[in-house]
Amino acid sequence: MLSAILFSIGAVGVLLRRNALVVFMCVELMLNSANLAFVAFARANGTLDGQVTAFFVMVVAAAEVVVGLAIIMMIYRSRRTASVDDASLLKL
Amino acid sequence: MTGEAWTFWIVAPLTVLGGLGLVASRKAVHSALWLAVTMIGLAVLYIAQDAPFLGVVQVIVYTGAVMMLFLFVIMLVGVDASDSLIETLRGQRVAGVLAGVGFAVVLISAVSRAVLPEPVDAATLSPIGNVEGLAELIFADYLFAFELTSALLITAAVGALVLTLQPRARRRKTQRDLAIERFRPVDGDFSAAAGLPTPGVLARHNAVGTPALLPDGTPSEASYSRVLQARQSLASPAQESDDSEPER
Repeated sequence: MLSAILFSIGAVGVLLRRNALVVFMCVELMLNSANLAFVAFARANGTLDGQVTAFFVMVVAAAEVVVGLAIIMMIYRSRRTASVDDASLLKL
Repeated sequence: MTGEAWTFWIVAPLTVLGGLGLVASRKAVHSALWLAVTMIGLAVLYIAQDAPFLGVVQVIVYTGAVMMLFLFVIMLVGVDASDSLIETLRGQRVAGVLAGVGFAVVLISAVSRAVLPEPVDAATLSPIGNVEGLAELIFADYLFAFELTSALLITAAVGALVLTLQPRARRRKTQRDLAIERFRPVDGDFSAAAGLPTPGVLARHNAVGTPALLPDGTPSEASYSRVLQARQSLASPAQESDDSEPER
């Protein structure tokens, strides 16, 4: 339940915010809420597999944060902004 | 209520509050701090749910490493980079909130209808202990996935380095270039060939901020540190002669 609420908040954040950094944090929040669901279901089902999955999700999230922040830094260096709206070079 | 239920009902609202604060606060730094609140709350919840290893990893990885990275990037990008309140797409905010609430309602109703088995206690979950049980799973059943994550982490680290690497603007001066610069002066002036006077020569202090003094007591401009000169934090010659006078 809490996991669902947190996931929804994260999704709303991704939709609403325009600072790329904050959007990124919201994505992290969604990943974490999924982790919480994994842990809770692992306990309910009586196996540790859910916890292992949550562990792998954490590893992937860490890698994703590193690459994502590097990309944000690069965009910021070339554009001097961290707003999602300004990355519109592909637009006609 | 059991102790675990108490923990849940105290920590869960805090976690939700952190999430709301993350979305609602204007400044990126505030968002990051709210996210840290959420992460710590989640760590407590993991530990309460018989996952002590994940709880500790959560604290180390998220509140430690990931939040540190976020704060670093926020500091690099600019602390006061806050969102403008102008909507670029009309009605986007309302639509976003509506979609979020609708999604939450669907998810929560689905989850609350699910019939869950009675949660088991820690002993049945992993009879040999949480960390040992996890290790057995990771290094036996999930070994391939584990090796893949190592490849993923290496790729991510190298990728981040490649992405943020900046080429040098100018070629680095070699020793040869420096020697040529020193012994082939433009205007035939060889006074620098033996090296510029170091700061503090004949002065009272040998700190970089104290210029070298010429025989007549005036500071030598060749000994100025360019950085300190730009910052205007060189010791003034007047003050220098002032406090050196009475002692000599």
